[in-house]
Amino acid sequence: MKLEIKGITKRFGSLVANDSISLTVNAGEIVSLLGENGAGKSTLMNVLYGLYQAEAGEILIDDQPVKFKGPGDAMAAGIGMVHQHFMLIPVFTVAENVALGHEPTKFAGAMDLDKARARVREISDQFGFNVDPDALVRDLPVGVQQRVEIIKALSRNAKTLVLDEPTAVLTPQETDELMAIMRELAKSGTSIIFITHKLREVQAVADRIVVIRLGKVVGEAKPTDTASELASMMVGREVDLTVKRSKKQSGDVVLSLENISVLDDRGQLAVAGLSLEVRAGEVLAIAGVQGNGQTELAEAIVGLRKLERGSGSIKYRGLSIEGESVRGRLERFLSYVPEDRKKDGLVSEFSLEENLLLNQSFEDDRGAPFVKRGLIDSAVLKAETDKAIESFDVRTQSSKTTAGKLSGGNQQKMVLAREMTRPHEVLLVAQPTRGVDVGSIEFIHEQIMLERDEQQTAVLLISTELDEVLSLADRIAVMYRGRVVGVVSADTSRETLGKMMAGIAA
Amino acid sequence: MSSKTQQVIVEIMASSVTRVVLSILLGFFFGGIFMVLFNENVVATYANFFSAPGDTFAAAFQTIVDGYGALLRGAIFNPGGKDVVAMFRPITETLRMSAPLIMAGLGLALGFRVGLFNIGGTGQIVMGLVASTWVSTRMELPPIIHMLVALVAAVVASALWGAIAGFLKARTGAHEVIVTIMMNYIAINFFTWMLRTDGLLHAATGGGTPKSDPPAESAMLPTIFGDLYKLHIGIFIAVFAAFAYWLLMERSAIGYRFRMVGHNANAARAAGIKVERTFIWAMAVSAAFVGLAAANQGLSEPGGITSSIHADIGFDAITVALLGGNSAKRIVAAGLLFGAFKAGSPAMQVVGVSPEILGVVQALIVLFIAAPPLIKSMLRLPESAEQKVND
Amino acid sequence: MATEVKPGMFSSQTAKPSKKAGLVMGGFTLITLFAFGFGGNPAAVTFQLAEKGHLLSVPDFTVSSSGFSLLVGGLMGIITLIATWLTIKQKVVPLWLSLIFGLLGVTALLGWLAAGNVVPVSFILSSAVVLAVPIILGALGGVMSERVGVVNIAIEGQLLTGAFVASVVGSVTDNLWLGVLAAAIASAILSMSLASLAIKYLVDQIIIGVLINLLVIGVTNFLYSQWLANDGANVNYPGTFDILAIPVLSEIPIIGTALFANRVTVYLAFVLVPLVWYMLFRTKLGLRARAVGEHPLAADTVGINVARTRFWWVTAGGAIAGIGGAALSIGNVGAFGREMSGGLGFIALAVVILGRWQPFYVSASALLFGFAIIMRIWANQVSPGIPTDFITMVPYVVTLIAVTGFAGKVRPPAASGQPYTKG
Repeated sequence: MKLEIKGITKRFGSLVANDSISLTVNAGEIVSLLGENGAGKSTLMNVLYGLYQAEAGEILIDDQPVKFKGPGDAMAAGIGMVHQHFMLIPVFTVAENVALGHEPTKFAGAMDLDKARARVREISDQFGFNVDPDALVRDLPVGVQQRVEIIKALSRNAKTLVLDEPTAVLTPQETDELMAIMRELAKSGTSIIFITHKLREVQAVADRIVVIRLGKVVGEAKPTDTASELASMMVGREVDLTVKRSKKQSGDVVLSLENISVLDDRGQLAVAGLSLEVRAGEVLAIAGVQGNGQTELAEAIVGLRKLERGSGSIKYRGLSIEGESVRGRLERFLSYVPEDRKKDGLVSEFSLEENLLLNQSFEDDRGAPFVKRGLIDSAVLKAETDKAIESFDVRTQSSKTTAGKLSGGNQQKMVLAREMTRPHEVLLVAQPTRGVDVGSIEFIHEQIMLERDEQQTAVLLISTELDEVLSLADRIAVMYRGRVVGVVSADTSRETLGKMMAGIAA
Repeated sequence: MSSKTQQVIVEIMASSVTRVVLSILLGFFFGGIFMVLFNENVVATYANFFSAPGDTFAAAFQTIVDGYGALLRGAIFNPGGKDVVAMFRPITETLRMSAPLIMAGLGLALGFRVGLFNIGGTGQIVMGLVASTWVSTRMELPPIIHMLVALVAAVVASALWGAIAGFLKARTGAHEVIVTIMMNYIAINFFTWMLRTDGLLHAATGGGTPKSDPPAESAMLPTIFGDLYKLHIGIFIAVFAAFAYWLLMERSAIGYRFRMVGHNANAARAAGIKVERTFIWAMAVSAAFVGLAAANQGLSEPGGITSSIHADIGFDAITVALLGGNSAKRIVAAGLLFGAFKAGSPAMQVVGVSPEILGVVQALIVLFIAAPPLIKSMLRLPESAEQKVND
Repeated sequence: MATEVKPGMFSSQTAKPSKKAGLVMGGFTLITLFAFGFGGNPAAVTFQLAEKGHLLSVPDFTVSSSGFSLLVGGLMGIITLIATWLTIKQKVVPLWLSLIFGLLGVTALLGWLAAGNVVPVSFILSSAVVLAVPIILGALGGVMSERVGVVNIAIEGQLLTGAFVASVVGSVTDNLWLGVLAAAIASAILSMSLASLAIKYLVDQIIIGVLINLLVIGVTNFLYSQWLANDGANVNYPGTFDILAIPVLSEIPIIGTALFANRVTVYLAFVLVPLVWYMLFRTKLGLRARAVGEHPLAADTVGINVARTRFWWVTAGGAIAGIGGAALSIGNVGAFGREMSGGLGFIALAVVILGRWQPFYVSASALLFGFAIIMRIWANQVSPGIPTDFITMVPYVVTLIAVTGFAGKVRPPAASGQPYTKG
């Protein structure tokens, strides 16, 4: 099947997410759609999949124009999609998930589950997926869930498969397996559109590369082009993602984790007997694939999650802080930039002023005197907010603007502004650049280095982006299934780190 | 559920004056239609509708004029009163009826802003009444002090009853809507039992009916115009409560943290706030305002108290809070409007229009406020241009 | 706003074994053993198992009230132990066990209240069923609506609408079947307004539910006082369906009357409960409905129309709740009364949670409330040792305990209460 996208334009209010984008995919070809966060990749794919209606442009399949009113139409036309966030129903079985929407039936509308199971087995066997049709999806590992998504698309006879950031949740090994699957599928005649912002993966698997920026196609590239060529095409200027850093001596141990264990929401051990030390004036990065206990670890340090009874302790300058509340920890030494800023770091409905006040509204705080005799001092608050906006380059109309109206990068800078201006000795930053534009990434990285160099802060950086880890860290601890596989220096090779991320000790 | 509820409430609260006015007008309009459709005089003309449609329209118009005219006479000013005192009585009645609605409305609005859909107003009022009635009928204290003690007793009892609901939500995650509804029924039955039982609240001369002794003179809320009008200082307390609400929610750090929890409990938790404890406190404070309404009811009824004294204020307060939104001023205005409904009811009954229609009007007004698209589609107002950007 | 979905985010909400089940059960067991048993009244209770004149005659069963309580308390104790053992083993206490426990508790209360009296078991059972039917049907409507992700607080309004319309239409047309039909249609239309406001206009579901309740109460109160009260003979005198007794079966001791000598409205409930279960869990429509309630975006991406699915399930649920309302007026009382649903809709709401969104469990929970209600009515006649106000409280207290403790953290459909919009 040959798929052509011609001149697609999609607007959201005044924002043009896709500006006359064109793209062709031939049968059995793997085309990579490369672009940074917010470039408009997902929007384009949602248009292709019938989830959004484009304002202009058309889609042609085998030279015939088609109109998709909804995902149903797109699927009928042979387009399958594996979304970045899986579209699976956790409490349903694999067979039910695969059958959903085109269920085989017996009499009186009753489901024919046997037929559905058989279909799953058929596809699973064909590509060696090894998926049990009767397993509940919520019990499956992420990698297998992704295969279920692929089975879902193939069971509808998809001829073109769209994979939206498929490797974000995978280990390097799982990524390799996925690439093998992609090649296998392409060989059998399926076309694949592979959306990503990871250059290495593109180079490894794509036949052709289409780069988009700010909603426009900026050109095509070959897999043989160098990473820096691809990067500057993607960002539109020379990018130097290497951070300037000086060698320096780190100070005393400020925060130490001694053999701690933490449960996740399901009651499973997410952090299992983990030990680490963070020193003043160093950046210790925790690398690892998403979902290996990093979130729970961060929450345990902040005090949002209790340590498993009988497990070790978290110490600040040698004294256990287990009895200390979240508020106590924040006031005494800790600044915390959570991984999900919208959920945990900000109140979208609050103004920037109110967001600056977020964890400083108690009168006995050490920081600025925002509250006097129980009442908020709005003059002080405004002055401090303006100062923060200025020094952290937050692009906003005023300090009264609600946080929800800001772009991801500016929201993140606002969170950093609050956490970095509060008195603190430890900075815990989780995924500081997720969903942030390149300009803000550079700024945020600079600020983190300033913390290390000028404030002598002990920085604990949690990141799943290996590039970020490599450019910021003094030492790298790799986490796998709740444990630290090893702590290595910053000049360790990618290959070694990749192995460690899969649980193989260096 | 509640975080979404919270967001929507915030939107409702942000609604413009125009929309509020439109909602009120539409509420009266549709109420009028109901009134007309089922009015005996109008129904009588249906048979001849095709021969004399004019009769139907005339009768319909007359009904609306009679009905709403009576409402105005009963709630604002009665030009037909036998003397000046009687002429102005309606407005004093409106003020008197508004006071508890404002107090309870403030309380529920406070809960809404913390993301707690407290519909346990009735139960909280009833528990406040139990306490204030106990103080006012079973204790002897000097004037004013007696009143203050009774008032505080009502506030504390209501707050405790509210805090229980908050506690249950915080500790078990049970939804506050179900919890507060069940607690309403429990409270009402408890109250009836107290009123029925000798030695508790049952009147010495009460016989078989569940009724309390009249409250002691010293515990009553003093009237403002002596014996001329029934209006008592409750309305002043209500206005003071509105000021307290404003200060707490808009200016204080505690109110700020309440709002934070209401908007985003996760972020509040990460900011070091004990969300569960905040739920409990917010329910207690919310119910404390409701407790003022209980005192207002219990300490202004010279004849003694029956189980119907709560007068569904707990439910009316939901409409007051939704119409009033997050502004103390608007809550006062909403309380006055629905207080006028209560004051004007008897006059409507006299002209043969069931005052129950006001319940319909009241529900419609708030429905239009809560469902902006409804009013928009009805009046073809332009859609707001705002759209979500998502990539 | 589309909810952001992450792999595994739902699994955190699975039913956790509640540690409280054993404690709560233990408490009730102790009350039964000590208050009703050891401290109870040793006077005789006579359980009348069969109705007079029935085919099979079973002798009455007479027992000392306190002795009976000890016996039942012992059984409750056994269940408590099992439940405790299960929670220690980190397993979920099965709902049917809790339901049996509840039934035993009710029986013990009955035996205690009736010390020195005769308990007409068959009558109490059948009345419990009749009283439970509006709750069952209301809750069934609630299940259908919540399963597709729309929280339905307006069950009270749906019941009241059904009761009102059934009575008026039944009276005016002199045909009770038309009354039932009209009740279903009226309540379905009401639900359409709930559905479209919630689904299309994204108005908060809880607020809209509360307001619909207020509106229905306002309208029916107005019409009652302005219209029905003046012209009752013509518009509010429908009478009730005849009782259809199935020969032989209806004369089975104990359960015969309750199951096989009922009005049509009760039989309708008997049919609708399994039907809804079958629809939800065995058909493709049901699979799609549950998918929409769990993860609407996922359903959308496989071509299921989320809004339409939600709309029709909510509407159909409304129709069923409307029949529940009809069961109240023309299925039991024989006329419409002011605010005659009297909070049953809210009980139905709680029952939906207690029954964990499963039609059969929901019905069983509703039946317990039917028991509690008839017990109150009946207790008023035998003048027991405690004030009837407290017996009236029982269902509400039990609901409170159940939603806060007994049920533990139950998992509602994941998208329940969340509006769904694309993009």
